[in-house]
Amino acid sequence: MNAHAISVAPTTNRVDLLAISALVTPGSRVLDIGCGDGQLLKLLEATRNVDGRGIEISQKGVNECVARGLSVVQGDADSDLIDYPDDGFDFVILSQTLQATYHPREVVEQMLRIGRKVIVSFPNFGNWRVRAALGFRGRMPVTKDLPYSWYDTPNIHFCTIRDFVGLCDDVGATVEKSFVLRRGGETSLPIRALRFWNLFGQQAVFLLRR
Amino acid sequence: MAANDSFRPASPGSTAKPRAAGRGRSAVSEADDPSSLVVRFGPDKPLRLDSGVQLPELQIAYQTYGELNADRSNAILVCHALTGDQHVASLSPVTGKPGWWSDMVGSGKPIDTDRYFVICSNVVGGCLGTTGPASTNPTTDRVYGLDLPVITVRDMVRAQAMLIDHLGIDQLFCVAGGSLGGMQVLQWAVSYPERVFSAVPIATGARHSSQNIAFHEVGRQAIMADPDWRGGRYFDYGVSPRKGLAVARMAAHITYLSDEALHRKFGRNLQDRDTPTFGFDADFQIESYLRHQGVAFVERFDANSYLYMTRAMDYFDVAAQHGGRLANAFLGTKTRFCVVSFTSDWLFPTSENKAVVRALNAAGASVSFVEIETDRGHDAFLLDEPEMFATIRGFLSSAGEARGLR
Repeated sequence: MNAHAISVAPTTNRVDLLAISALVTPGSRVLDIGCGDGQLLKLLEATRNVDGRGIEISQKGVNECVARGLSVVQGDADSDLIDYPDDGFDFVILSQTLQATYHPREVVEQMLRIGRKVIVSFPNFGNWRVRAALGFRGRMPVTKDLPYSWYDTPNIHFCTIRDFVGLCDDVGATVEKSFVLRRGGETSLPIRALRFWNLFGQQAVFLLRR
Repeated sequence: MAANDSFRPASPGSTAKPRAAGRGRSAVSEADDPSSLVVRFGPDKPLRLDSGVQLPELQIAYQTYGELNADRSNAILVCHALTGDQHVASLSPVTGKPGWWSDMVGSGKPIDTDRYFVICSNVVGGCLGTTGPASTNPTTDRVYGLDLPVITVRDMVRAQAMLIDHLGIDQLFCVAGGSLGGMQVLQWAVSYPERVFSAVPIATGARHSSQNIAFHEVGRQAIMADPDWRGGRYFDYGVSPRKGLAVARMAAHITYLSDEALHRKFGRNLQDRDTPTFGFDADFQIESYLRHQGVAFVERFDANSYLYMTRAMDYFDVAAQHGGRLANAFLGTKTRFCVVSFTSDWLFPTSENKAVVRALNAAGASVSFVEIETDRGHDAFLLDEPEMFATIRGFLSSAGEARGLR
């Protein structure tokens, strides 16, 4: 439960991806939901030797993935997870996508059904910058991690770190590990002081199991 | 076999020499005596058909491109669609036109004949040299006509497996094809999972839909309503149901396109005239185009073969072969799949392709799926679609790495 030192080969400099890959057991079967252009899957194949699969909603992302040799299907986290068998994967990953789903609770429940372990990363809507934007400026927050205006954002279900812990309780998930990524991103720190990180954490990563 | 890069037929005696493709060969002469490689199987190796009958003698006409490597691991079987043939990347001996998938198959193409040994055979029931209704029935010495038993997609694949055995290949690196060809790809993966390293079913489905059966029935009725069909024995009378077959083709051709593409190409434009003629000539360009498609088709295709090929597609239903659950067909498969569909394809819409993807996921198979944005309808798989080419090139090269191909 210590800070995750990032020691994987830097095929990417996205700290959240490096932090997630550090959680994945080498040689495992992985499903990456919302895999984009396949950056995380490529990283996991290269550094964790995983048998990786992906789901991505955009045609462009899927085409890039397939052209890079990844097994990726065009699909939607909200509707397509039901097609996957129980315990089909060792790890099911949802990286920076939870807030863009229509039914976050159902998505997390499906993930817990499909995978023995579940990794979720998301932007913390409880961060003080977000609170300040809404509380003092009276405007919907637009930050580095949340760069969209309210009218064109794909993010429709924001939550804070404490909200997510609440969801984990509601669906009966056990939190094995949880940490926040520090600004600048050199290190990640475990979430011990929940209220503190709920105010200062920008991105959170949770490792869950049933 | 000694280390030898080039392909040698397993039993050269039974393989006829390819004849140089010359333009203007009639479809009738191709049926018995095709301008391609041929292998013949005798009564010692009968083809067992789904209908319960056996074909005591079977001829398979095929083409190959590229070279089989020393460990016979680089073979790709290309399966052709309803009216395709074995001339996937070489001139058609009947029309003199380039092969039907020469954008996809060839030197430096996505299915690269510099890397892979590509095989394409005319399917059973076809009319370009593999046993079909236009072939001579060896037991009567007359043309089969409707005496040929009804053929299924599984029968076609069973016959192809005999050809692959004959070529001395245990496992195909890939089986690829669109439409009816995609059905064959799926059937290969289901019937011979250990013989298919990777599979590329394009613009296809695991079953033929009710609407598709309906369209096929219209085509068949058009052929059978032509007085020159003569109960299927037109060749005995020196005639052919040209009008019926042309109408069948016209109706089918519409289903291969899309409303947007038709509008883009033809709109409501008139053909070589400024005003309607107030008659039933081909006033509109689209009418003229369809008539041309129909007339050109009858020059290269046998009407009875059209009946058999459409029937094979109608009967196709993989789930029905496996207790009604499609995922059961793929349980335990190690084959890597790459499914491709097109946004404007209403013959095999994305939903049908996705049903295959869903079943593969449920079976835990390795599957990629891409839906290509295009307005060109079902026929897009035959056309220059760069996204499709990039997808298949990338898929094959990563599968090749996994298979240890250089």
